[in-house]
Amino acid sequence: MQIKLWINNKEFNDDIAPDMLLLDLIRSKGFLSVKRGCETSNCGLCTVMLDNKTVLSCSTLAVRANEKHVTTIEGLEKEALEFGGFLADEGAEQCGFCSPGFIMNVLAMKNELKNPSEEEIKKYLEGNLCRCTGYMGQLRAIKKYLSRVKEGSYENS
Amino acid sequence: MKIVNKGVRKKDALALVTGKPVYTDDIAPNCLTVKLLRSPHAHAIIEEINTDKAKKVPGIECVLTYEDVPKTRFTTAGQTYPEFSPYDRAILDKHIRCVGDPVAIVAGWDEKSVDKAIGLLKVKYNVLEPILDFRKAKDNKIIVHPEEDFKALVDVGTDKDRNICASEVFEFGNVEEELKKCSQIIDETYHTKANHQTAMETFRTYTYMDTYGRLNILSSTQVPFHVRRILANALDIPKSKLRVIKPRIGGGFGSKQSSVSEMFPAVVTWITGKPAKIVFSRKESLTNGSPRHESEIRIRLGADDEGIIKAIHMDTLWNAGAYGDHGPTTVGLAGHKAMTIYNSAAAYKFNYDVLYTNTMGGGAYRGYGATQGFFALESAINELAARLNMDPTELRMKNMLTQSQVGNKLPTYYNEELKSCTLDKCLLRAKEMIGWDEKYPCRDMGNDKVRSVGVAVCMQGSGISNVDVGAVEIRLNDDGFYTLMIGATDMGTGCDTILSQIAAECLECELDNIAVNGVDTDTSPYDTGSYASSTTYITGMAVVKACETLKNKILDEGARLLGLNSDDVEFNGKEVFSLKENKSISLKDIGNNSLVGFNNYLTASASNYSPTSPPPFMAGIVEVELDKLTGKVDIIDYAAVVDCGTPINPNLARVQTEGGIVQGIGMTLFEDILYDENGRMMNDSFMQYKIPSRIDAGNIRVEFESSYEPTGPFGAKSIGEVVINTPAPAIANAIYNATELNFRELPITAEKIALKMLERNNI
Ligand code: FES
Ligand code: FES
Repeated sequence: MQIKLWINNKEFNDDIAPDMLLLDLIRSKGFLSVKRGCETSNCGLCTVMLDNKTVLSCSTLAVRANEKHVTTIEGLEKEALEFGGFLADEGAEQCGFCSPGFIMNVLAMKNELKNPSEEEIKKYLEGNLCRCTGYMGQLRAIKKYLSRVKEGSYENS
Repeated sequence: MKIVNKGVRKKDALALVTGKPVYTDDIAPNCLTVKLLRSPHAHAIIEEINTDKAKKVPGIECVLTYEDVPKTRFTTAGQTYPEFSPYDRAILDKHIRCVGDPVAIVAGWDEKSVDKAIGLLKVKYNVLEPILDFRKAKDNKIIVHPEEDFKALVDVGTDKDRNICASEVFEFGNVEEELKKCSQIIDETYHTKANHQTAMETFRTYTYMDTYGRLNILSSTQVPFHVRRILANALDIPKSKLRVIKPRIGGGFGSKQSSVSEMFPAVVTWITGKPAKIVFSRKESLTNGSPRHESEIRIRLGADDEGIIKAIHMDTLWNAGAYGDHGPTTVGLAGHKAMTIYNSAAAYKFNYDVLYTNTMGGGAYRGYGATQGFFALESAINELAARLNMDPTELRMKNMLTQSQVGNKLPTYYNEELKSCTLDKCLLRAKEMIGWDEKYPCRDMGNDKVRSVGVAVCMQGSGISNVDVGAVEIRLNDDGFYTLMIGATDMGTGCDTILSQIAAECLECELDNIAVNGVDTDTSPYDTGSYASSTTYITGMAVVKACETLKNKILDEGARLLGLNSDDVEFNGKEVFSLKENKSISLKDIGNNSLVGFNNYLTASASNYSPTSPPPFMAGIVEVELDKLTGKVDIIDYAAVVDCGTPINPNLARVQTEGGIVQGIGMTLFEDILYDENGRMMNDSFMQYKIPSRIDAGNIRVEFESSYEPTGPFGAKSIGEVVINTPAPAIANAIYNATELNFRELPITAEKIALKMLERNNI
């Protein structure tokens, strides 16, 4: 079936199988940051934004994105670097395979929650698994990043 | 030290946080998709496979069965040749030995056709009774490996007709005699289950033929050089025909120290000449990965009334599963690492049987057998403390390795000499961090909640002594930057950065002045690979040696260009100079000159091995909150103090520790590979096989009590594995301190705790 969508503001018109998953469509267009870590919607690696709301692209049909805007980390390089710098300073991007999905959700959280507590941060990001880091370094990076956001160091995205 | 012992960013950090396409599946172009038809039976003989219909599906390139692939036997364990793991596997075999064993390999140009073709394969099995319980495997009438061409390269006590993959008895002193003299004996049996590494990137490999007619393998592996040998064996082709490349990989933790996925696309490409790729689903990675071996360890621990340990006996059963990957070697660590911590006993015995069954074959998982051994022995130590009514930290201080034992020989550790140890400081600091004296053993919080603390100590090694080899080459280029060529495999652990830090320290330059890359067996110097906690210690020392040589060459070349004697010049990282003659030449000029005419191009290489494997140490103290009604255990706080010698990069060492502890928490509280009565793994998805989320992890605090290891680069020992060994015994101890119930089987689920408490209350 025919669909039209934008990935990182680039328009794509495509004829796709009705059962195609958004994850596979995005990767087939060369946005390779988006990863698959499971088949059961449990890991969060495939997180992207669909019209400014995060979704798991592994369990979203591509047709759902018809007439919509998809954003991956390739489209948010500046923000990814802003937060990613804190992650790097903790050494908390180990293998990095979970990073794109995790960072998408961190950026969404930044826009959604004002002054989240540690518990709220953990709850918000619970669906993003990471097997390497034990999560502590990620939490340190998030806290440092959010306090910089609060100081108004970055323009709003 | 300027760069060593600094928490610098990983050299690949910004590529990773911006999602750059650096992993196997990102690099593989359009190629054949390879998938496997897997057996639904745990034990069977394939009588017939009808591939006619499958082959006719449009887009299908090939369908391979056991009749189409080489029949040589090999091991998929990534180990130094001759491997201790028996050659007990074929790419495809008529004899099915576990659920999920591959039956056919299908390759086609799109995934849908491949799925369709797999659905059209007709297989007739002669289904046999499986042996699933490793306690009953020895001398069972069901034989897992009856094949004639089974081969054990090294004598590890293999007797395949009795289902024995490996067997050994080690004794020092006379345990029976010593036990007779002991007034206190703990005699208990501990059971740990198989569990998975679950690297977020599942097993995957891309293969293609290059211009020279050689088979190229791009793979998510920890052991590129071993993969070259394994595939040469599997395909029965010369090693010279193979090239293995390791890009960035999405975690390993030992799982990729076995060659799990490589052989399938490799055989397809070798037969068809076409590029091919396999990406394991999460389900396949769970049902047919390379998990930690299940173990059952009976401990007999003898002590006097003061708590002085006199004798330790570890009687060990190990479930190899269907294939012997790492079975004969992981088991050794259970005893030799665990017992060594208590070095002052008069007698030790460690005997084991590693047994074949029809469950998934095991592999290497961080800790490599030591984890199972420490759960058993540390639990027994905690039980002894309880029996003596003694604080378990005090009991340890009386018996374990401490700073004052440096210089002593370690009889259960291949008689190596202890050259560095601050375990006593680690334990004391961990107690302080958690507030042990105020919190031990427990506090009632009201609402049926109890908070309690628990303790364990552990060690690991740094590389395999006299076996592991790390070689490096370093080159001076134009403008004076260096290329560091390594064969060690960064799997997210940061070794590319850590080894570069060591080089930059030696050559007194900025980290950015060192270029480093992934592994390519054609161009990287040989390295056994990243496992056995070897990289920083073994390969790191090779870097130190190579840099020394290169520095001397730079001095010589600089002096020659200045028309001076080498003895009269110095090198400060930026220039070669002589104060006396007031002359200097910059590194940049030396580099640029080295590429011209009769000047010398400067490179240095070094290879390193170690006659010892110095142990890193760790003390772990956990505080948990236990719900007496539901049995639920929450991790409140984890104080971890590590002696890894000099941490080359403290940030990365800290994250290694945090990551290892959380994996250990998962193993302790819920991770469990469960089989039904037919040998099928029941919890084969992330929905059911739960790994810790950030809610489960609790708060973890890590500190270092660094000793200085004289044989390591800048005093470093290893960090990667020691960090997973304390959670299981420490959490079990905390649960005991909350409930006065001993749990000797992992995982210790809420359900098990609640049931046992009910049982007790009913008596
Ligand atoms: S791939 Fe695991 S949640 Fe989408
Ligand atoms: S960094 Fe490896 S899974 Fe998160």
